[in-house]
Amino acid sequence: MQFWVIQSLNSLAMGGLLFMLSAGFSLIFGLLRIPNLAHGALFMLGAYLGATALANGLNFWLAALASGLAVGLLGVALEAILLRRLAGNEQAQVLVTLGVAFIIADLCLWGFGGDPMPLAAPRSLRPPVFLAGFAFPGWRLVVLGVALTTAASLWILLDRTRLGAMIRAGVDDRLMARSVGIRVSFLFSAVFFLGAFLAGFGGVIGGPILSAYPGLDAEMLPLALVVVILGGVGSLPGALVGSLIVGAIYNFGTALFPDLAYVVLFLPMVVVLAVKPTGLFGRVLR
Amino acid sequence: MIVSRRGLLQTAAGAVGIAATANTARADEPIRLGFLTVKTGPLAAGGIQMEQGMVLWLKLNGGKIAGREVKLIVADTAGSPATTRTKAQELVERDKVHLLLGPVAAFEALAISDYTNAQKIPVLGVAAAEDMCQRIASPWFVRATSSSGQCAHAIAHYAATELKYKRMTIIGDDFAFGHEQNGAFLRVFEDNGGKVVQKLWSPLNAPDYGTYISQIKSNVDAVFMSFAGSNGFRFTKAFNEYGLGGKIPLIGGMTAMDEAILQQTGDDALGIITANWYSAQVDNPANKEFVAGMQRDYKVDPGYYSGGPAVLGAVLEAALKTTGGNIDDRAALMHAIHANVVPNTVRGTLRFDEYGQATGNVFIRRVEKKGSRYINTVIKTYPDVSQFWTYNPKEFLANPVYSRDYPVARFLEA
Repeated sequence: MQFWVIQSLNSLAMGGLLFMLSAGFSLIFGLLRIPNLAHGALFMLGAYLGATALANGLNFWLAALASGLAVGLLGVALEAILLRRLAGNEQAQVLVTLGVAFIIADLCLWGFGGDPMPLAAPRSLRPPVFLAGFAFPGWRLVVLGVALTTAASLWILLDRTRLGAMIRAGVDDRLMARSVGIRVSFLFSAVFFLGAFLAGFGGVIGGPILSAYPGLDAEMLPLALVVVILGGVGSLPGALVGSLIVGAIYNFGTALFPDLAYVVLFLPMVVVLAVKPTGLFGRVLR
Repeated sequence: MIVSRRGLLQTAAGAVGIAATANTARADEPIRLGFLTVKTGPLAAGGIQMEQGMVLWLKLNGGKIAGREVKLIVADTAGSPATTRTKAQELVERDKVHLLLGPVAAFEALAISDYTNAQKIPVLGVAAAEDMCQRIASPWFVRATSSSGQCAHAIAHYAATELKYKRMTIIGDDFAFGHEQNGAFLRVFEDNGGKVVQKLWSPLNAPDYGTYISQIKSNVDAVFMSFAGSNGFRFTKAFNEYGLGGKIPLIGGMTAMDEAILQQTGDDALGIITANWYSAQVDNPANKEFVAGMQRDYKVDPGYYSGGPAVLGAVLEAALKTTGGNIDDRAALMHAIHANVVPNTVRGTLRFDEYGQATGNVFIRRVEKKGSRYINTVIKTYPDVSQFWTYNPKEFLANPVYSRDYPVARFLEA
């Protein structure tokens, strides 16, 4: 009984972490059709910036927002300087974003050194929570809460605001959106900012669990890809449901079938691709 | 055209063998030391520390080994076996190095062993893969640090006989280094009356340890962990997050609580006992000088990675003194390395067994806080530890190499 309760909580908490990681990737992929392979590196950069800010005594939540802002602005610069020139050329975008990922990773190594940097959660949210006789880390529940709040905020932004309507118009039909007078280039900058902001912000929120270390980028990117492919490109509910499913499969999979630990994350993706190539919530992109 | 022809000639000379150029080398020219390390990518943390250790050791010795100038040629292998192979070839054939130090990781070392053996290039390694100094030992490869199992044997003995643990869970990175450490631990722990009741393996790049920590049986006496890189730090933090810190004792292999991650792990690390062939706290003059140098030049305590080159340097120094400074006769150099007892390394006295593995001190260390710094205090020294522990080498080598499933765990509980 305890096994199922604690692994379920683990699954939910990990789902929250994965959503913080993949929401930005999904947004950028969905609207801009840019498979931003630098997303893992932006996530790692956020974690490093957050760790540095925390080491200098900044409040945790301010550090998370500041890192998100900094990484978001870097994202805007990337979009404006590099990616805009490559519109429609997906092969070039993949190569360029991958190259940017390598550059960011080695700059982090150069700037922050090779040793892992811990990020301490706010003191009051750190101690384990005791539930019916066993302990569960408090911060993981907070991460889940932050993820759900972020999901709700994004849903309101995309579904209830004018900006959101324009973004949805862009996702559904880019040419038509342009022809009715939506400034798609501004929209692109805004979406890239939002996506990169979420990566940087998520890196700090996930920091107390993951910490910042060289290689974090390469470990996180495949997870974002799995979530987005499973959930469906450009779909917010898809990213959320995908995150929760992947979190559950990872936790129960590795606990029940330890020998499958390496493939357990990718099996569901393969199944979904075979049965429904657009993902659970995805639509065919035009 | 001329350039390419010269390049061609150089390559040809390299392929024919370095012996020709070696014969023309004079005793007053510098020793060319090829240093294979990782400076980019995820493995760079250890690789950079390794280079720091080497540079510092040379500096402390006036840039000389046995009175001869040293030219250190560092190559970045990027943690990739293919690149390691290319770089090793470059160092040997273009830079004409006399010998190679490194590389960092076992899969890199395995990628160059056929080449360096064929070229008869002495390699002073640090990568821990058991078989490199056991079933596929080469006369051209020696390891002054330790095999994967060498330190794990010692802490298993300590856990069973001094800590009196009876039932334990072992967890490790799911790759050869973790398999070999946990296999070695299991064998010695159970031979001394302990029982391993649970084995867990986590992928090297596990995104989260929560799912593994929740599986740890609540009624074990302690947990043994064999993690590399930053995984020990991440596991230990999660172990405390789940409220197990202070309830179930945690002990570990030689890289689990390395000095490189100790400060970052902080209070969560306090009390963790690990075994290593080195600690920054080892009390001898060579180590005191080395630690002071690391703190002065790099503001860190040396550990597993930076300590290795300091041991290799001392081994080389002793060997070259034996050969009278002659590094061109490679067979004589290897003979001297094998025959010498090196008394004054940072890990104390060591000598090599016939398979090229160092026999020397293994330290049991406990994490303590001294002022504002966390240190690995030496609480017991196992002297003259062989890679075969107390087993007969012939019988040891007749068994399969330690792996995920060998030795078989007989006491696992569902």
